[in-house]
Amino acid sequence: MGALAQVATEPTQAAPAKRVTGKRKKWRPVKIPSRFEALLDPGFAAEIAADVPDGEDLRACIQCGTCAGTCPMILYMDLAPRRIIGMIREGARDDVVHSTTPWVCASCYSCTVECPKQIPITGIMHALRRIALREKTYPRGLPVPLMEREFVNVIEKRGRSTESWIAMKMYVRTEPTQLLRHIPLGLRLMRRGRMGFGRESIRDRAQLRALLRAVDEQPRKSAAPTSRAPGVPTPGTGGAS
Amino acid sequence: MRYAYYPGCSVSGTGRAYEESLLAVLEALGAGLDELDDWNCCGATAFPSVDEDKAIALSARNLALAEGRAQGSEPVDLVTPCAGCFRALLTAHGSLEERGPVARQIDGALEAVGLRYDRRVRVRHAVDLLVNEIGIEAISEAVTRPLEGLKVACYYGCMLVRPNATFDDQYHPTSMDRLMQAIGAEPIDWSLKTRCCGGACYGADPFSGTMPQATLWLGHALLSEAKRRGADAVVTACPLCQFNLEAFQERMVREFGHPIEMTVGYITQLLGLALGLDERTLGIHRMLRWHLPEREPAAVGAPAAAEGGGHART
Repeated sequence: MGALAQVATEPTQAAPAKRVTGKRKKWRPVKIPSRFEALLDPGFAAEIAADVPDGEDLRACIQCGTCAGTCPMILYMDLAPRRIIGMIREGARDDVVHSTTPWVCASCYSCTVECPKQIPITGIMHALRRIALREKTYPRGLPVPLMEREFVNVIEKRGRSTESWIAMKMYVRTEPTQLLRHIPLGLRLMRRGRMGFGRESIRDRAQLRALLRAVDEQPRKSAAPTSRAPGVPTPGTGGAS
Repeated sequence: MRYAYYPGCSVSGTGRAYEESLLAVLEALGAGLDELDDWNCCGATAFPSVDEDKAIALSARNLALAEGRAQGSEPVDLVTPCAGCFRALLTAHGSLEERGPVARQIDGALEAVGLRYDRRVRVRHAVDLLVNEIGIEAISEAVTRPLEGLKVACYYGCMLVRPNATFDDQYHPTSMDRLMQAIGAEPIDWSLKTRCCGGACYGADPFSGTMPQATLWLGHALLSEAKRRGADAVVTACPLCQFNLEAFQERMVREFGHPIEMTVGYITQLLGLALGLDERTLGIHRMLRWHLPEREPAAVGAPAAAEGGGHART
């Protein structure tokens, strides 16, 4: 038990130093929610609700904290899921889209299942990732956003993923030195026939590409992008209009 | 009985032993799987984080392909061994069945490429198939070499029962435990059977310096709890969980200094052993470490012992 207790305290100490955020303006204090009403985006909750199936339920949140209590990754998040939901509801758009929380989320669905109000929290995390990718507010320094892009590109192009290629590409793009560290594991896997460098692909790639293109061309579901109140400044949204 | 089969990318890669053992076990039990022709990736959890509609479209293509194989208007069973693919297919099927605006959008896109999905597919996980189609009784009757005295920790992981539990209890699943009892093994009682192993982010985490501990810690907690409760092996039903729990044990030890040597196998491998199948057919030589207590008579085959020697620290 002693070892576990040690483990539990270590990340919390390390967390502030390692916190990675997107491009912020210097005057903005880190980790403090937007506190001026003028900086809030009253349409944010509606935006999220429209983007997630059953997302409207987030308005029913009772802030009980069950999601945070059940989350396995909570130690590594800057804002607990409970706060994320609360801040979405209040419209603290800027802080939420810059948060590391959606990127740390392991998509294990514990929160979604345990939530007494059946809020699709994991779905909301995915929606926040989509917004952060679109507006380029994802935390720099975390490899997850890069990896997801890479993964999606491979799937769109080839229809199947090859784990070894994606892992390799990630190393090369983020930390080439790490590649060396994992060579022993890679070799052990290769000796056992569990890793190869043949790239998987489907036969009918044209069909898949046409299908994905057709999804874009279909009449959109009524998800209107941000309905930002006029005249509200958009601090720190890194280049998005 | 033959079923449509969707393997998924992981099972064709690092999880090859899972596919091999599943096919062998089902064959021994008189069922068969027909691989879906030209299936594509399910999108995992990464695709919905980039584009949710396209993620549904990816699974919709697989569902349409599975449905296209069947004649008449009978429901079609589509079996997948991967818990991640199971969730993706199930979620896609669910949102298509609601027939909301997203479903219309996907239907339109499918039509544009000459596919059609009539919502007739039933998405089944391999464990579901074993427990509810083949049946615990049939399995225990087929056992030739029961795994007497083997203590196993059944690890269900996230996606088998979350967000939708179709064949087992969401909070306290028991289907794998019942399977293990049927083959004579003793499932241990533990509370972490559906706790996340961090597998969904292993691609990013143990590899990078940003959050080196996050996923390692989750896996470490699971394995040390299983060990504390006296388990000889952890059995999983997901290629990602298996890989994550097995491959990073040395790193966990380095990071937390708490020795773990745990065999992490697929449930189908243990079933296969109890059914008297050859270790090689079950892909046991592909595992990074495999130490089960000796069984009577000469249960531990020579090839596995020779291969297993590779577990020594490299």
